[in-house]
Amino acid sequence: MARDPQAALVALNRFGLGARGGASGDFTSAASDPRGYVKAELAKPGVALLDAPGLQDTPALAKLLFDYQDEVKQQRDAAAKAAVKPDDVKPDKPMIVAAPSDSPVNPAPMASPDAMSAGPQVQPAKPAPQPLNVVQKIYRAEALARFQRASIAEVGFVERLVTFWSNHFCISTNKGQPAHIWAGAFEREAIRPHVLGRFGDMLKAVEQHPAMLFFLDNQQSVGPASKAGQNRKRGLNENLAREIMELHTLGVGGGYTQEDVTSLARIITGWTYAGRDGKLGAAGAFAFNANAHEPGPQTLLRKSYEDTGLAQGEAALADIARRPATAKFIATKFVRHFVADDPPPALVARLADVFGKTDGDLKAMAVALLEADAAWQAPMTKMRTPYEYLIASGRLLARIPEEPGRILGALSLLGQPLWTPAGPNGFADTNAAWASPEGMKLRLDVAAQFASRIADTVDARELLDIVAGQAASPETRQTVERAESRQQALALLLMSPEFQRR
Amino acid sequence: MELTMDCCESATQRGIARRSLLLGSATFAAWAYLPKFARAADGRDPRLVVIILRGALDGLATVAPVGDPDYAALHGSIALTSDGPHAAIGLDSFFALHPAMPEFARMYRDNKAAVVHAVATSYRERSHFDGQDVLESGFAGPGRVQSGWLNRAIENLPRGQRVTSGLAIGPTTPLVLRGAAPTVGWAPATLPQAADDTAMRLLDLYRHRDPQLASSLAQGLQIEKIAARGDEAMKPKPGVNAMRIAAKGAAKLMAADDGPRIAALAFDGWDTHAQEGGPVGRLAQLLGGLDGALSDFESGLGPRWRDTVIVVATEFGRTARINGTEGTDHGTGTVALLAGGAVKGGRVISDWPGLKVANLYESRDLKPTTDLRGVIKGVLQDHLGLSERVLSASVFPDSGAAKPVAGLIG
Repeated sequence: MARDPQAALVALNRFGLGARGGASGDFTSAASDPRGYVKAELAKPGVALLDAPGLQDTPALAKLLFDYQDEVKQQRDAAAKAAVKPDDVKPDKPMIVAAPSDSPVNPAPMASPDAMSAGPQVQPAKPAPQPLNVVQKIYRAEALARFQRASIAEVGFVERLVTFWSNHFCISTNKGQPAHIWAGAFEREAIRPHVLGRFGDMLKAVEQHPAMLFFLDNQQSVGPASKAGQNRKRGLNENLAREIMELHTLGVGGGYTQEDVTSLARIITGWTYAGRDGKLGAAGAFAFNANAHEPGPQTLLRKSYEDTGLAQGEAALADIARRPATAKFIATKFVRHFVADDPPPALVARLADVFGKTDGDLKAMAVALLEADAAWQAPMTKMRTPYEYLIASGRLLARIPEEPGRILGALSLLGQPLWTPAGPNGFADTNAAWASPEGMKLRLDVAAQFASRIADTVDARELLDIVAGQAASPETRQTVERAESRQQALALLLMSPEFQRR
Repeated sequence: MELTMDCCESATQRGIARRSLLLGSATFAAWAYLPKFARAADGRDPRLVVIILRGALDGLATVAPVGDPDYAALHGSIALTSDGPHAAIGLDSFFALHPAMPEFARMYRDNKAAVVHAVATSYRERSHFDGQDVLESGFAGPGRVQSGWLNRAIENLPRGQRVTSGLAIGPTTPLVLRGAAPTVGWAPATLPQAADDTAMRLLDLYRHRDPQLASSLAQGLQIEKIAARGDEAMKPKPGVNAMRIAAKGAAKLMAADDGPRIAALAFDGWDTHAQEGGPVGRLAQLLGGLDGALSDFESGLGPRWRDTVIVVATEFGRTARINGTEGTDHGTGTVALLAGGAVKGGRVISDWPGLKVANLYESRDLKPTTDLRGVIKGVLQDHLGLSERVLSASVFPDSGAAKPVAGLIG
C-alpha cells in the first residue's frame, strides 16, 4: 500500500494532470516513489512531441487557408456581381472575414448526438448547424489531439510543461484566421520540441514561427531605411520586439529601455512568412525578407550587433536568452505555476541558477524543481486551471474524448478558451483568476452536469481513493460518502479541495 | 467513451445549460413490447410511471401517524398535527398527509391514490448509493448491477405491435430502467443548474477544509441568486419546479397514441439531515413539487390517466427521532405512494409496527413490515399482466418470499 500518500497527491496533482481511473494504479505508483514517478516521464524519447494522424505543418495549413479565402472571395464577388446595379458600383472593400462560429469565445450550439445515454434520440429542434469551414475543422482537430494526449499521458508532467510554455509564449486565435488555423501547429512546432530542450532554441522557434509573427504583427514591420521602407513608406512595428523582452525573456524591469525595444524591432525586421505569391518561399513558411530588413549595425542592451541579415536577430535572441534577468523571470514564473502564487525565493534562486549554469536547459530546470524539497513540501494552495480541472476529470473517469466540442465549450465557460487568452501575457496563473466567486459557481455547475451524465456507472467513494488515497481528508471522505445520490457524490468529489487544489 | 459535458457545448456566458429537445414531435418507432391487457377486450392500455425520490424520503413526515401516541414526541418540532394553521390532511383516523400535498389528497379521496406505509426494500444499511442500487436493480443486495427491475419487466412483456420502449426522463437513464429492453430518453430543455443542496454540502466541506474556496463559492452562489431574481418564471428552481417541468414533458410524450407506456424519473434532494421543516419548510417545498408533478401527470395524460399507475418510491426512510439539527438521519422504513386512475386507492396499506422504542428497527427507525418488492410486484402483475413466476425469477431475482400485494389495481 501507499508509502507516502501526501507526496503521491503532490506528484499527481501539482506536477501531473491527476490520477487516471480504471486500473491504472497511478496513486499506488506515485506513492511508492513520488519523485521517480514524475521524473520517469521525462526520460521517454519524444514524449513531448505530438504527431497525430491528419495534423499538418504550418505551410500546408497556410495553403488550406489561402485556398479557403480565395473561395470565399470568389463567392462574395459572384454574389456582389449578381446583386449590383449599374449605377451603384462600389470599390472593392477589404474582405471581411466572419469570426468562425465555433470560435472558443462564442461556441456554436451543436447537436448532441449522445445527449441521452439510452437508445434512440428525441431529435433536437435546432436548425442543422452550418458545416464547419476549414479553419474551424483544423482548430478542432488540433484541440482534440491535445485533449487526447493529455487524457492518456502517464503522469502528465510533460503536458503540463507544454501548457506552461504555450501560455508563456501565447498567441491568440482572436487575432484572425491565420492564428486560428495555426494555433495548434504553433504549439506542436515551436513549443513541444523544446520543452525538454534549451530555452534559447524555443525562443528562436517561437519568434520565427509564422503564428507568432502574425500575432504580434512582425510581418508588417519594415525597416525605415530598408528597400521596402524607402519604396513603400512603411515603417517599424515594435510589437513583437517589446513582447519578446517584456513577456518572453527579461520581464518588466529586466533592465531594457525603450531604445532597446526599438533596436530589437529593427534587428528583427524582415522576419516574416512567405505569402500566397510564394515569392519568399513556400507559402506560410518562415522567411527572411532582406528587402524589409533595416540595414546597418544595431546596439541592443549595450552590445553592438553587425548587420548579418537573419543572423543578426538570431544572435540578439541568443544573448537575451542567456541574460540573468531572463533566468530570474523564467524561474519565477515556473515556480509560481507549479508551487505557489508567491513563489518561495530560495526555490526561484535555485532554478534561476540552474537555468544560468546550464545555458537555459529546461529539462535541467524541471529536474531541479522535482528534486527540491520545497516543491514537495509547500502546501497545496494552487487552484487547478480550468484546463487542468477538465482534463483531470476525464482522466479520473477514464474517458478519452472523441470530439473536442464539450471541452472547448467548458473551457470558454470557465474563462480559459483554448489558445485564446485576452492578451499576449497569456492567462493569469494565480488563484485570484481561477477561484473567483463566479468561477467557483460555474465549476460547480460543470461538475454537476458532468456527474449527472456518468455518475451512475461509477462509485465516487472508490474514485476518491484513486484521487487522493489516504491523503483524502476525513471531511471530504464523509462528504462524498454521505451524498444523497451518486451524481451528487461525484460532483462533490470533483469539487473537493483534493481535486481542485494542486 | 466520451467526456460528456453537453452543458458546455452550447453554454452561454451566464453558464446556463441549455439543451433544447423538441417536445411532442418525437416518433417512437421502436414498438416492441406489449402489456397483456392492451389487447384485451376491454381495451385497457396501461401506463406505468416510476418516480424515484433520491436521498431517502421521511415517510413519517409525509404520511404522519398522528394517531400513534409516540409520534409527536419522536418527530418533535417538525411533527405534523391534525389541527392548527398548517394542519395535516386526515387520510383516516390514524394517518394524516402532509399539507403540502393537496392534489394527492384529492386523488386519495377520489380513491385514485394510496399509501403503503412502513415499507422498505431488502436493504438494511444506511448508504444512499447502495440503497438506491437495491431499490432500482431489484436485486436483494447491493452490487454493481447494470440493469433495473423496470427494464426487466418490460423485457418480459409479450412482444407486440403497440408498446414502445421505456421512457427515461432526465439527463441519464435511472438504473431502474437500464438494461436490455430499449429505452428512449427525453430531458427538459433547460437543465437545472447544480442543486442548492449540492452547493450547500460543498460549502460546508469548504468551510471545514478550505476557507478561501468557501468564501469564493458563497459569493458566487449569492451572485447567482441576485442574477436569478425577477427571472424566476424562466428558470426552473432546482428541485421543485424541475419536478413539474419533467412531469409535464413526460406526460405529454406518454399521452400520445404512439407514445411510450412506461417511464422512469428520479427527483433529488430528499436527504433532510438538517432544517427539514415541518408543515412548512424545505421538505414541504419538495413535497409540494412532487404533488404538483403528480397533478401534472394527471392533466397531461388526459384520458390516459384512467389507465395509469404512478409508483413513488425512495431508497429508505429516516430516523424516527429528530436529530440535533432539526432534521432526521438515515433510517429504514418509509412510505411508497401510488397514484393514478388505475389505482384502487383511498387506503393507507400498512401493518403498522408502532413507534415505541422497542418497536423501532435498531431502536431508531420505523420498522419495515411490508416488502416494497411485493408492492411493486402487485402493480406489475395486476397492471401489466406479468406472472408471479417471472416477477420472482427475472424482475426481482430470488424474491419468492415477497409475495405480490394483491388488489392494488382497481
